[in-house]
Amino acid sequence: MKLFKRFSKHLANLLPIIAIQQIKNEWIITVLPEHLLICMNFLKKHIGLQYTLLSCISGVDFLGKDYRFCVAYDLLSLTFAQRLRVKVFLNEITPVTSVVSVYPCANWWEREVWDMYGIFFENHPDLRRILSDYGFEGYPMRKDFPLYGYIELRYDENHKRIVAEPVEFAQEFRFFDFETPW
Amino acid sequence: MVIKKDQLVKQLKSFTINFGPQHPAAHGVLRLVLELNGEIVERADPHIGLLHRGTEKLIEYKTYLQALPYFDRLDYVSMMAQEQTYSLAVEKLVGIDVPERAQYIRVLFCEITRILNHLLAVGCHAMDVGAMTPMMWAFEEREKLMEFYERVSGARMHAAYIRPGGVAQDLPVGLLDDIFQFVEQFPLRLDEIEELLTTNRIWKERLVDIGVVTAQEAIDWGFSGVMLRGSGLPWDLRKMQPYDVYEKVEFDIPVGTNGDCFDRYLIRVEEMRQSLNIIRQCLNLIPKGPIKTFNKKYTNPSRVEMKQSMEALIHHFKYFTEGIQVQPGETYTATEAPKGEFGVYLISNGSDRPYRCKIKAPGFGHLQALNNMAKGHMIADVVTIIGTQDIVFGEIDR
Repeated sequence: MKLFKRFSKHLANLLPIIAIQQIKNEWIITVLPEHLLICMNFLKKHIGLQYTLLSCISGVDFLGKDYRFCVAYDLLSLTFAQRLRVKVFLNEITPVTSVVSVYPCANWWEREVWDMYGIFFENHPDLRRILSDYGFEGYPMRKDFPLYGYIELRYDENHKRIVAEPVEFAQEFRFFDFETPW
Repeated sequence: MVIKKDQLVKQLKSFTINFGPQHPAAHGVLRLVLELNGEIVERADPHIGLLHRGTEKLIEYKTYLQALPYFDRLDYVSMMAQEQTYSLAVEKLVGIDVPERAQYIRVLFCEITRILNHLLAVGCHAMDVGAMTPMMWAFEEREKLMEFYERVSGARMHAAYIRPGGVAQDLPVGLLDDIFQFVEQFPLRLDEIEELLTTNRIWKERLVDIGVVTAQEAIDWGFSGVMLRGSGLPWDLRKMQPYDVYEKVEFDIPVGTNGDCFDRYLIRVEEMRQSLNIIRQCLNLIPKGPIKTFNKKYTNPSRVEMKQSMEALIHHFKYFTEGIQVQPGETYTATEAPKGEFGVYLISNGSDRPYRCKIKAPGFGHLQALNNMAKGHMIADVVTIIGTQDIVFGEIDR
């Protein structure tokens, strides 16, 4: 706790941070998208921080909020055995700067976020879709994308090839709300 | 007219071939677009996603307990290590403690899982490179380990045994004795495998100085686990950020010096020996006691209780339909899975389902460095590098 207080006080003086939190003993800072690159560069190279390793980048969709998307960068400092999460909040049209120039391994993680959420990364060297099928349309991890998607594939015996058709349900998709009423 | 010799030489552009997705050495469904100059790899472009099942999306529609079996099916050779990560993440969010016996069982089975994974990694790596026998011997041992899985959970592979709040059931009578017997005989099997490989001239010719990764490169590409340790960085989450009872057991972290495929092979073998060490300590230290948390909100009642008490029956029903309620919060929990750092980024919004469950698979990070590792090597070395990265597509494609 003491360590976090000192850390937050110093970091708030050094970087343009919007918010700094501690949730479940994990340190989280929030920055503006335009400040992301300099913040990451600083966090990586500052001798007292040394967040040299980028563990992963995750996208989150908070449907219904003004800043709908959140991109979370999980950093790890091998020297101090300390983790830090850097968050950026975006709406549907703002792009975020790619951090590939700072962390080369961000490449695929950013491609994944682009594929799943449609968040555009500026200056990314190779922003292609990665996990979804060739020619896939839409962003499947968004909260407004249905679980079963829009298109289903099957092998057509007559045409002797795979055909894509709109999804058809014999029974409507069932979603049980088990939330306790009392 | 004199034809000059250099006019006769045709300028060939680099040759593009498709490696996979059905190639047996591609460890599943890796489609690799290779640009070759003769036999030299100029560029390797992995196309992944052929096994994408939308695990993260599916988990958002399941309760916390129903989401657990998906973790078995990610990296399908190190099942319990991933269950443990998820369980730790949920436990962190709800803030419950796990009894000591359950923690020992977890560590015991996670180390069994580590041996299970490394046996497959070394065996299949050897087979990719051309040695058939080690794989046969490794699978013999794997079968014994999967029997332990079966005895404890009822399933050979997809155990769903480690659950938030503890483990599903107590150990059956006599299991620890049999694990001890296994631990006694296994080093000999390991010696046999090593005898075939470690000093083997062909094996060394294929592995030494192939896919060299410097420590700086390993950090830049976000490596973890054996890939990081192979480059000389003594980083192991079991030591650096210990979870469960890893603080209470002693073990060493093997570290490579050259960062080539051979170092990583040696590390895997040594890690199996260290795992045996941990298992032996767990067998000695494991206490008697409960195997689930005392907080009844997060565990199901025992079978006997359920059959006799009305309240327990209601509790049982509600636990398995409604699941558990998790207060709003978020956590990134990472553990040392056999392949590297396996992380779960879990966000809850106070309902009975995870709002977001991001899975950080170690293989995903390793595979993106394939281009850099394979550049300038022969095409046959690509197979070696895929083998040394220990790629499993269940976790990469999710």
